Amino acid sequence: MQSIDDKDLGTPAAKSDQQVTLEIDGREVTVPAGTSIMRAAALADLQIPRLCATESLEPFGSCRLCIVQIEGRNGFPASCTTPVAAGIKVRTRGERIEGLRRNVMELYMSDHPLDPFECKAGGKCELHQMAAAVGLERMRYPSGQNHLDLPVDDTNPYFSFDPARCILCSRCVRACDEVQGTFALTIDGRGFASLMSPGQRQQYADSECVSCGACVQACPTDALMEKTVLERGMAERAVITTCGYCGVGCSFKAELRGDKVVRMVPNRNGLPNHGHSCVKGRFAWGYATHPDRVLKPMIRKRISDPWTEVSWQEAINYAAAEFKRVQNQYGRGAVGGITSSRCTNEEAYLVQKLVRAAFGNNNVDTCARVCHSPTGYGLKTAFGTPAGTQDFDSVNQSDVIVVIGANPTEGHPVFASIMKRRIREGARLIVIDPRAIELVRMPHVAADYHLQLQPGTNVAVLNAMAHVIVTEGLANERFVAERCESAEYAAWKKFIVDARNSPEAVERATGVPAAIIRGAARLYARGPNSAIYYGLGVTEHSQGSTAVLAMANLAMVTGNLGRPGVGVNPLRGQNNVQGANDVGSFPHELTGYRHVSDPKLRAEFEAVWGVKLDPEPGLRIPNMFDAALDGSFRGLYIEGEDVAQSDPNTHHVAAALEAMEIVVVHDIFLNETAKYAHVFLPGSSFLEKNGTFTNAERRISRVRKVMEPLAGYEDWQVTCLLSNALGYPMEYSHPSEIMDEIARLTPTFAGVSYEKLDRLGSVQWPCNDEAPAGTTVMHVGQFVRGKGRMLVTEYVPTDERTSPRYPLLLTTGRILTQYNVGTQTRRTRNVLWHLEDRLEIHPHDAEQRGIRDGDWIELTSRAGSTVLRALVTERVAPGVVYTTFHHPESGANVVTTENSDWATNCPEYKVTAVQVMPTRRIPERPTAEQIIRAAEQQIGK
Amino acid sequence: MDTSHLVKMANQIAEFFASGMEREAAIAATTAHLRNFWEPRMRREIIAYAKNGGAELSDVARAAVIALG
Ligand code: SF4
Ligand code: SF4
Ligand code: FES
Repeated sequence: MQSIDDKDLGTPAAKSDQQVTLEIDGREVTVPAGTSIMRAAALADLQIPRLCATESLEPFGSCRLCIVQIEGRNGFPASCTTPVAAGIKVRTRGERIEGLRRNVMELYMSDHPLDPFECKAGGKCELHQMAAAVGLERMRYPSGQNHLDLPVDDTNPYFSFDPARCILCSRCVRACDEVQGTFALTIDGRGFASLMSPGQRQQYADSECVSCGACVQACPTDALMEKTVLERGMAERAVITTCGYCGVGCSFKAELRGDKVVRMVPNRNGLPNHGHSCVKGRFAWGYATHPDRVLKPMIRKRISDPWTEVSWQEAINYAAAEFKRVQNQYGRGAVGGITSSRCTNEEAYLVQKLVRAAFGNNNVDTCARVCHSPTGYGLKTAFGTPAGTQDFDSVNQSDVIVVIGANPTEGHPVFASIMKRRIREGARLIVIDPRAIELVRMPHVAADYHLQLQPGTNVAVLNAMAHVIVTEGLANERFVAERCESAEYAAWKKFIVDARNSPEAVERATGVPAAIIRGAARLYARGPNSAIYYGLGVTEHSQGSTAVLAMANLAMVTGNLGRPGVGVNPLRGQNNVQGANDVGSFPHELTGYRHVSDPKLRAEFEAVWGVKLDPEPGLRIPNMFDAALDGSFRGLYIEGEDVAQSDPNTHHVAAALEAMEIVVVHDIFLNETAKYAHVFLPGSSFLEKNGTFTNAERRISRVRKVMEPLAGYEDWQVTCLLSNALGYPMEYSHPSEIMDEIARLTPTFAGVSYEKLDRLGSVQWPCNDEAPAGTTVMHVGQFVRGKGRMLVTEYVPTDERTSPRYPLLLTTGRILTQYNVGTQTRRTRNVLWHLEDRLEIHPHDAEQRGIRDGDWIELTSRAGSTVLRALVTERVAPGVVYTTFHHPESGANVVTTENSDWATNCPEYKVTAVQVMPTRRIPERPTAEQIIRAAEQQIGK
Repeated sequence: MDTSHLVKMANQIAEFFASGMEREAAIAATTAHLRNFWEPRMRREIIAYAKNGGAELSDVARAAVIALG
């Protein structure tokens, strides 16, 4: 069922610029050419009854309820599949038409529960609405053979399918195909025997279904229904907000009954997602009211002491006094803060402001340190802006798509759906990844080239592609001459054509056959519109920043920048990782990525903030831990991050946290880091606050409060309390005032205000006088920094090498149903899909070690060891193993090392030399059945 | 701070710039990078180390660190 306040125009908008005028029921209507008669009528407020048509899907023409008459034409064409034509006269009403519609309706209703009061969709069931619309009052057909006794499939944790209520309109099947691109559903059988079913008459749980919910949203009746609606009833109102999970930043309507969330429905007008979502955003929001939420502030003197619940004031006062004591004793620079990519822009801004203004230093950092900081460095160096160059819709104009070090179908599912649709339309695909990710081969999508490289060799592969492009005369010399620094280009060209960068020379190190690199390079260069999308598989390396520069080089040398369809685009992990960086979370930069050493800039901030600012860069997260171990850093305020679990080399992080005297954790759950905390401040989830998130396409969207904060305060209010207690007053009555301050101090945000966001829905920065409605594509005509910089990107193998003791390379990733360290998703029914992290290992490596699928193995690196179960699969190449990191007990970061990117200290999560051996050291972990039972108990099933 | 860690980071930075630039330019770029991204106590420690011979620092890294101080 679509959202309760969606207006459905029946068929998608036509793209033509040409206008056509026609007459419908005597009214003159002008619409773009290609528009269906149904949509044209709806635009003129004339509703034509329909069942199989809906705005989010291509028209199908099966139910025949939408018939009309066109003067001078024979018969009764379906208005959903018939396009408008200039000058035609259409009639949507009349005795014949209406009689025929009633006949159709009667057939539908004869095989459907009649009583609208029984319908779970309340007044929203389109079947009952249409029955009323066509004036069906009585049934002529006796009740005969029907489908009313078929069993309900409730095997999906979030929705159920009741075949008795299915009208076989195919909307779900088409949604799965067209919108989601999973092709999980079919109408099986013929005539009366036809049934909608996943796969070959399977149940949902056993099928290919990835639980995106697109079919549920498309269903016109209560056949496919969210279980929360069945339990709590239909919603009464909807509030538009933004998803709190990944960097796609889908827009949602939170539907409420009273003050309780009933369901989340993706917003059809949301520009990142156009009414689509994944399982996390749509369904996995139950963690917000999970009993594990800690709602009372707590303090303790030592981390070995038990927690004591205290009042907000006491907790805040204690934290502030401790920070002051530590600063008095060890110096101003002995404390710092970490902002959160899960919190709003306004909240991240306030935390960095607290550090700079109240602590009086620049020791503020954010979790982007451990994910996309190389993106910041690389793209800013090359182009002048540390952000993706395009909007998501740009991919609809791409001819060649390169996916490198990202796994969009798992990590950025909604963008993956847009991308898959484009590939089905004919775009070509190059995947560069050590693992055969799903996109390499799936229904109706296959990569033209899969460069299955050894972990840690991205730079060698990217250089080799550039080598082919330059030596084979495929470079866009005109673009480079016009747009890039010429001396640097000359130096780069000399470097790249050197034989050491040829595909043949790097074949051994990368493991990728030279012919495949050559083929991929030619395809990318030929375009004509080639776009690069990348993820943490690029950045989390010792050469992460070099690889970002190498991708920028590829795009510049082929002229693939500055227009739709092209570009270099990071797929950001967390919902607000872009925004947290934009608003000044890095220790060396104030908002808008401007260096703290600039006296003029500092003066602007000093005038507004009323304090003197430190001109020196502060400590980055790994530096904070190092400084903690040498005793010069002793206090940390952490908002919404779980560094003990998410940062590399857990033992090192734990020792550093233990060495601190005041650790304040501000979070919604007592996370792993809280084990080392002295003060716990209860946080608020995205449903409990006002603010904004900025997604991977630089799009700023509103987050709106749909329920009161369970612990009493939104996170920004807590930061204000702490700052006030530290003696630096922060007075805001609403986050809009914080955004106004950001806009005042930041040229790229100058035009952003809540009023504008409410009016336009969202804007992509830069948003200022030159671009009042924001900027879709960056670097049009010239780069933000003027000329593009092409730097030499020499491949330097990582120090983390295999050896006889550690002969395999471990790389890490994530899966669709879980999110990062799982703090949220493990507290939802999603846990049923991913009971444990497993180690993927190639059959050859497994056999050599006597490991069978499902065996317990010990994974050992130079940093530590952990025990997991093996998954034997050819998805990974021989010599490479892979795991996810969603469960704390699997301790993937126990084994990752402290190697890091040269420019940014982003840890090298993606390459760790390891050994894998069968083990008898079976950890005391629950069996699968126990986990399911515990999970079901937790989610109150 | 763990000096060996700082040395490794400084060498990595110098290695990047040295691969694409003449020696003097690479030294200047490395110095600028250290000044822009390293907190003062990290710089102080690496400078002290370089002044004491800086045995484990690469040639470009050592020169860049000395130029910092
Ligand atoms: S939930 Fe999504 S993937 Fe599953 S059947 Fe429905 S549309 Fe397809
Ligand atoms: S794709 Fe990302 S933003 Fe969209 S619903 Fe899923 S988790 Fe949320
Ligand atoms: S709505 Fe047009 S045929 Fe079903």
